[in-house]
Amino acid sequence: MINWSVILGIAKTHLITKMKSTVTATLGVTFGIGAYITLVSFMTGLNAMLDDLVLNQTPHIHMYNEIRPSETQPISLYGEFTSTMNIVHSIKPKQNQEKIHNALPILSYLKKHPNVKGATPQLRAQIFYLSGSIELGGNLVGVDIMEEARLSNIQDNIVEGSTEALKNSNNGILLGAGLAEKMSLSIGDRVQISTVAGDIFPLKIVGFYQSGIAEIDNVQSFANLSTVQQILGEAENYVTDINIKLLNIDESESMARSLEKQFNVKAVDINEANAQFETGSNIRNLITYAVSITLLIVAGFGIYNILNMLIYEKMKDIAILKATGFSGKDVQYIFMAQAIIIGLMGGILGLLIGFGLSHLIDNAPFETEALPTISTYPVNFNGTYYLIGITFALISTFVAGYLPSNKAKKIDPVKIIRGT
Amino acid sequence: MNTVLEAKNINKHFYKPKDFHVLKNISFGVKQGEFASIMGKSGSGKSTLLYILSTMDTEYTGELYLNDQLVTGKSQKELARIRNKNIGFVFQFHYLLSEFSVLENVMLPAKKLAERSHAAIEKDALRKLEMLHIGHLAHQRASRISGGEKQRVAIARALINDPTILMGDEPTGNLDSHNSENVFKIFKNLKEEQGLSLLVVTHDKDFAKRTDRIIEMEDGIITKP
Repeated sequence: MINWSVILGIAKTHLITKMKSTVTATLGVTFGIGAYITLVSFMTGLNAMLDDLVLNQTPHIHMYNEIRPSETQPISLYGEFTSTMNIVHSIKPKQNQEKIHNALPILSYLKKHPNVKGATPQLRAQIFYLSGSIELGGNLVGVDIMEEARLSNIQDNIVEGSTEALKNSNNGILLGAGLAEKMSLSIGDRVQISTVAGDIFPLKIVGFYQSGIAEIDNVQSFANLSTVQQILGEAENYVTDINIKLLNIDESESMARSLEKQFNVKAVDINEANAQFETGSNIRNLITYAVSITLLIVAGFGIYNILNMLIYEKMKDIAILKATGFSGKDVQYIFMAQAIIIGLMGGILGLLIGFGLSHLIDNAPFETEALPTISTYPVNFNGTYYLIGITFALISTFVAGYLPSNKAKKIDPVKIIRGT
Repeated sequence: MNTVLEAKNINKHFYKPKDFHVLKNISFGVKQGEFASIMGKSGSGKSTLLYILSTMDTEYTGELYLNDQLVTGKSQKELARIRNKNIGFVFQFHYLLSEFSVLENVMLPAKKLAERSHAAIEKDALRKLEMLHIGHLAHQRASRISGGEKQRVAIARALINDPTILMGDEPTGNLDSHNSENVFKIFKNLKEEQGLSLLVVTHDKDFAKRTDRIIEMEDGIITKP
């Protein structure tokens, strides 16, 4: 039978009379947890921002026709040469159309698929931007702009103008911000583009597009799908790429494989496209956790030390408690209770400090050319980290308290009282 | 009169630094309402015996009965409860919890026992302090009172659960003659007015002489029961 009110009463008295040690131990936990929360919120916020930056530009599945050599060369079709070793020199890519065959039926099929949030057709065309006698190479992407705005973060990257403006004009263009700067153009100006075939078209600038990645902003612009089809002189079903957003991203790989088989096109899933990026995020997370756990372990050692000292000081008290009828378990609980009270108070205080610091970081201005949509440092206020923080605080103080309290449990009162 | 505490054939060895037979076949009993003292030279094993009788030391052979119930071989938890409920202990040094008030010190064993309400315990504790003429100290910190007063607080603490037997390990050993006399009177009163059994280890011949029964020990044997 454990009488908690008595045990907690004794624990409370010990903590209050040893205020200095209590505060030191509590602050140890507070700093550990506070630093963990701040660090993890900031780091994951940063990770999420970088993920968004790259991953939101990438569709979950990207379908296109790949230019590649045939898997089987004509020679292997001849039965007579099957038992010989054939060497083919100077293999050329297979003559293939750039457009996706049957693009419109594929699109309507995809839009009915239960795991597809949306599928958008794109037409990528190689073009030149003309500025006087200067020709700048680049590409023009024909998109279904409203659908694109619904499914990707293109809206965030339009720094001037709007998606509606593009939709409402049949010869509008969202010009890459880098290009606009090079050619000193502003909204309402006209820019002339020339196709690879040499046809020249004037387009009206309705907005600027800035992804934050200079390599893209210096070459890429967007226009309506029908506009680009007209420029290229192609029919309405001429689509070179299909971008798919899924509801459940985990199925992207298996779905990409099955689409490849079903429609005989190349389908790249998001993980394949960003493999090295994922690695970067994982390593950053690993560092965050390594640092936080180190902080918490240091705090744990602080508690261990202080409780150890306290038990050494309280040797006589422990003996007297045992002599007057407190069992070893009771004595252990007295010291465990102290550790857990320290952990709980320090932990909660740490969460508050962590939240405060995160908030401070969240409001600190962070403006950079590369990230047009960001004005303050990114912070992730995720409740899970607070839960992990307080759990770890309790676990580490529990362990740090268990070892010394177990020692207190085993103290032989006779030895202490007789002074041997 | 029935026996409250009985030891049968108790043997104990110290193994460190080398084997030493401290207690040899000790058998004796303490009756209800008896005030017994144990005397003997240093090293005769009298304190060792007392700690075995108090159930704090369990490394012995033989049998120990408290209120005709076998105590030997019970778990530490059960023994703690027996100590809590049935045995009051007064040490040579007062051993109060210095951070707590006098009243809290006295109340603690009863709070642990948890058989009475907090208010009832407090009332009883105050009554016991009053009986020992230290009621006015109840709310002082235990570290702020004099040696004689501390010892009386320790006695009040030992009495809080109305134990079957009160044990003392040289309870007057650290007190001047005036305070020793006080403690003796308290013990005597407890025996006479409440019929409490007492077993006290002491060096003090004058103290021992005035008890009902002197048990003399020498080299681990009871020479005079």
